[in-house]
Amino acid sequence: MTVTGFFLRDDVFLDYVYIIAFSLFILGLMFMTSPRTARRGNMVAAVGMAIAVADTLLRHGIHKWGLIILGLAIGTAVGVPAARSVKMTAMPQMVALFNGVGGGAVALISWAEYRHFGNSLGSKHLIPTLFAAIIGSISFWGSNIAFGKLQELIPGRPIMLPGRLQTVLNAALLTVAVVLAVLIASGTHSNLMFFLILVAAAILGNAIVLPIGGADMPVVISLLNAFTGLSAAAAGIALDNIAMIVAGMLVGASGSILTNLMAEAMNRSIPAIVAGGFGGGGAAIAAAEDAEERTARSTTADDVAIQLSYANRVVIVPGYGMAVAQAQHAVRELTKLLETNGVDVAYAIHPVAGRMPGHMNVLLAEADVPYDQLKEMDDINPVFPQVDVALVIGANDVTNPAARDVPDSPIYGMPILDVDKAHSVIVLKRSMNTGFAGIDNPLFYKENTSMLFGDAKESIQHVTEEVKQL
Amino acid sequence: MSLVTEIAILVLAAFVGFAVISKIPNTLHTPLMSGTNAIHGIVLLGGLIAISEVSGAFNDFILVIAIAFGTINVVGGFLVTDRMLEMFKKRPTPQAEASEDGAGKPEDES
Repeated sequence: MTVTGFFLRDDVFLDYVYIIAFSLFILGLMFMTSPRTARRGNMVAAVGMAIAVADTLLRHGIHKWGLIILGLAIGTAVGVPAARSVKMTAMPQMVALFNGVGGGAVALISWAEYRHFGNSLGSKHLIPTLFAAIIGSISFWGSNIAFGKLQELIPGRPIMLPGRLQTVLNAALLTVAVVLAVLIASGTHSNLMFFLILVAAAILGNAIVLPIGGADMPVVISLLNAFTGLSAAAAGIALDNIAMIVAGMLVGASGSILTNLMAEAMNRSIPAIVAGGFGGGGAAIAAAEDAEERTARSTTADDVAIQLSYANRVVIVPGYGMAVAQAQHAVRELTKLLETNGVDVAYAIHPVAGRMPGHMNVLLAEADVPYDQLKEMDDINPVFPQVDVALVIGANDVTNPAARDVPDSPIYGMPILDVDKAHSVIVLKRSMNTGFAGIDNPLFYKENTSMLFGDAKESIQHVTEEVKQL
Repeated sequence: MSLVTEIAILVLAAFVGFAVISKIPNTLHTPLMSGTNAIHGIVLLGGLIAISEVSGAFNDFILVIAIAFGTINVVGGFLVTDRMLEMFKKRPTPQAEASEDGAGKPEDES
């Protein structure tokens, strides 16, 4: 047999091309480790994906072109405008949604494969198919709930059954899914049972994410991202597809690392997060402390302008409020002005400020804030006692001293930015409402804290005007 | 391909993933999450392979949805990541690594 003949037989050549495709995924991820090459990295990975898809379409036996084109067209028609038009502030829920559809695709593929082949798949293919169906379905429904919570279509607060019922329900659902899967794997053929597995996993996906408070949502999205990756890898084994195995597992690995990093940043364990209920204790604590009759001091834009202009050192603490108000450009303008007046300005970035790690960095980079002004929590915290003014823009939970001082607080132990140690703290906020975690913030009632209420962007613009007039 | 080969590939891919990704700085976590999210759009291949294997209108129907889902995952994922990373690129100063020189020395960039 000639060399050419060997490569063309049974798509062997195309299997080699898959190696190029997944190498590009790995290369892309390597480029993504540095801000300078990250964009190129994403493009390299995208090229890898284009090669993988083209490779698959060239294989023998691929037919039903009408349906394939229909699916690709629908996906493109939905995906492209969604990705183009989404605001930077809505990125986290967009990632949740894209993650969800990936998991949904895995579940649907497993379902169709089982419906067609039944137990003739053989256990080598049947077991990964069942695994992919369960994990894919959990990921799809869980991601949708995460999306709903971040988009505020459903309340961000924990929604759960009382007492231990929730845990019992979750355990029961998982047991049902696993027992049915074991029955099918051991030879029982039943389309109904497979469908029930999908349903049990779907309810489980809802039941896992609904009780989790909004503040933990980034960790959950990351976890579900890892889940989808694992389900894709399992589907890859089921379909004997190397590209899917490698790409899925790469994501499974990265998602697990990210989940761990984020959970560490919040000083929470992943099992505790999944158990849910976080953020529910806020109301009780707020009520208990209200007895002390605390008042928050309100201030005005011109007062803030004076404080900022006569400070030597100002630290900006951005949070989700800045993202919502799209205030990053206004903030940049203000800090530029302060810098020309000789004020030393830095930004304190909490690892989980906003709703995703790195969320604030993305927004501030958009506003052309120089990288070296962005300080990570461990670097900036020792400096706060020497800071004249800490300007908190729409950040709440990540500055809550209760996490450090009140052992009863639901967020006790979460590392925070020690803004309360600055000489003076100015908090820009829409109202006295609690933050995403639903926990009251004692920072607002401290003597050196003053509040500037209103939309963050407008407030900053007022302050900028006042600084100009000084 | 034999199961043991596939499991070996799976395990090696996991180690590669850990090794490469554990070096990613905090700042890039959001784009990273979004980028890896796009990569698991690889499930699209599964949809393409499966639809050519199965028969029956209902199976076709759910696989068209699966292909559409996979495409959304791929196309949307890479586009969104690109939009995020575009912002990092247009920074005027190329000093990418955050400095260790004490928090917030005056930076006379203008």
